[in-house]
Amino acid sequence: MLTFAKPVPPNEDKRWRLVDATMRRHGQQSRGLIEVLHTVQEAFGYLDDQSLRYVATSLRVPLSRAYGVATFYHFFTLKPAGKHTCVICMGTACYIKGAPQLLEAMHRDLGLVPGETTADGNVSLLTARCVGSCGLAPAVVCDQEVAGKVTPQILREHLSKWTRHDA
Amino acid sequence: MTPDELRQIAETELESQKRFHHRVNVCVAAGCLSCQSQGVKDAFDKDIAQRGWGEHCQVKGVGCMGLCSEGPLVSTSPVLAPSERLYKSVAAADAGEILDSLEGPPVSRLHCPTDVPFFQRQKKIVLENSGVIDPDRIEDYIANEGYQGLIQALTEMSPREVVEQVMKSGLRGRGGAGYPTGLKWSTVSKSFGTRKFVICNADEGDPGAFMDRSVLESDPHRVLEGMLIAAYAVGASDGYIYVRAEYPLAIKRLRNAIRQAERAGLLGSDICGTRFSFKIDLRLGAGAFVCGEETALIASVEGKRGTPRPRPPYPAMEGLLGQPTLINNVETLANIPPIIRKGGDWYAQTGTEKSKGTKVFALAGRVQNTGLVEVPMGITLREMVFEIGGGIPDGRKFKAVQTGGPSGGCLPTETLDMPVDYESLARLGSIMGSGGMIVMDEDSCMVDVAKYFMDFCMTESCGKCTPCRVGTYQMHRILSAITDMTATPQDLAMLEEFCDLLRHTSLCGLGQSAPNPVVSTLKSFAAEYKAHIEDHKCPAGVCGKQPEGASE
Repeated sequence: MLTFAKPVPPNEDKRWRLVDATMRRHGQQSRGLIEVLHTVQEAFGYLDDQSLRYVATSLRVPLSRAYGVATFYHFFTLKPAGKHTCVICMGTACYIKGAPQLLEAMHRDLGLVPGETTADGNVSLLTARCVGSCGLAPAVVCDQEVAGKVTPQILREHLSKWTRHDA
Repeated sequence: MTPDELRQIAETELESQKRFHHRVNVCVAAGCLSCQSQGVKDAFDKDIAQRGWGEHCQVKGVGCMGLCSEGPLVSTSPVLAPSERLYKSVAAADAGEILDSLEGPPVSRLHCPTDVPFFQRQKKIVLENSGVIDPDRIEDYIANEGYQGLIQALTEMSPREVVEQVMKSGLRGRGGAGYPTGLKWSTVSKSFGTRKFVICNADEGDPGAFMDRSVLESDPHRVLEGMLIAAYAVGASDGYIYVRAEYPLAIKRLRNAIRQAERAGLLGSDICGTRFSFKIDLRLGAGAFVCGEETALIASVEGKRGTPRPRPPYPAMEGLLGQPTLINNVETLANIPPIIRKGGDWYAQTGTEKSKGTKVFALAGRVQNTGLVEVPMGITLREMVFEIGGGIPDGRKFKAVQTGGPSGGCLPTETLDMPVDYESLARLGSIMGSGGMIVMDEDSCMVDVAKYFMDFCMTESCGKCTPCRVGTYQMHRILSAITDMTATPQDLAMLEEFCDLLRHTSLCGLGQSAPNPVVSTLKSFAAEYKAHIEDHKCPAGVCGKQPEGASE
């Protein structure tokens, strides 16, 4: 019978322990793949080559499957995010109440389209299918904090706070 | 836990709540939290500590009170003679003033009358505890008849009797398709497998719908109880809640609720001294709309890409790990505890002949009152929009109401007097869907709305079957040409052909229903399409000035 030796984490980083713990919780089974990728993204911010390889080998799934899952789901990102993230909700209620104008403002001010980060790595712009704050449309999530009834003007004030602090 | 112990907990909790003279409930569901309601609650706590009112006045963080657009919401009530006062748009600085007024007249500046249709026309079954109990405390749920349905089912009813009650209630799946819940339970209970599973579908993907999130955040134990009763009825041993990773607060409260239920012996082995064992685990979705489809959801729970497979076999026969699996939506399960507690006949008294009970809607868009409402089935769209919703703001004219998200349709003015139930909405070319209801006024261009939904379906198509993968792309291309004023009449004919093709040849519900927004707008708003194509004009003035990147 073939024996399986669990690979060692790619480096000394302590965050791999969290990843290992999640894998243990799922009995090292391939079924836990999505949960493990969630843990990696939570700990490291994104999924890189090295972590995908480590997770795939540990759970004994082909790298193609790990990559397939990581790219299938919108929640996972393969690129590090900027220092600040701005998520514009594109749900129906937000859309008809002016989310496109917010995107336009981001594009005009920072030259960003969704999925991009400014060259200095300061601000990332993302869109969400719906953050479920439809009563407060249009909604924007700035660094995990939901802001409702946002106008381009309010959004600009938010952004200027970020750029000023870091200048 | 025995029935006696449960009663004991309820009595102790009620007793301790009665010690107070006044109660102040602060909404700490996601909507109000994003208006800094946590700060409001802290301000109340601090003020009460300073006044030394710790014994006199209780401050509670509660779930959603419904009127999300006016948050943060606070309600106050004397404990012994409940007469609720609702305050809207409360700031931390207002805490003192509200406390000063507890014995006297309300603070008129913030007072929000509750004798208006928005509150009066509602009937709360699913949301009965929302805005009343503290979602983080199992004792508060138990004090409000929580887990009584479970105990009743386990100690007084056979699994078959439970299924019969659900059948009698006439409850239908609240996730969108409206399949009779009792029938589904009965199929799973009769299926043979080495083990069975219950999955709660909390992957609320429709943009514009936030009912499930609100239930999970406001009353998580109700969903657990519903799952437990379902598991007992069908003979399942393991349960999963598949919840969107985009709902961190719901996840946190669910995790907490599961831990509390385990500690109380309501989850785990030999529940309530019977031989029934059941455990629940969370699975986080990762942002794929198609995972709301049950076979795709199962693939995702198994750690794979969420792509659907042909049915049959249905999950009720072969689901998770090839075993019989019951999949129900959050709201469906949340209806179960009261059905068991009060009986299927009681539930069937509400609603229409074929659609029983109530439905929670997320009312949003261009309407005065936005938020969460629970209404009896069969209410008319007009009542929803103009009475409960308070009409269109700024004197604008109503144009359409969109139900069912990307799988639904847009209903024009002529349909306003139709009742809201599964059959009527289907006849109008829309669907009940999960309960998003988005009101549009004359400023919305219906072609643009159709394009928006097609863009959504195109992005969310999993790519497994060709009609959906390629069809949504082509339809989106034509719709973009129309909004860019470059389309020809031939394009329109082609668009109609695609609608037909996708409906009949796609593998799963996503592709089959993707044309619905286009079909329904073509039917009711053909003139708008014509104006774009023939006159190169957008009647609503939306198209032709689309910002870059907006369709991303």
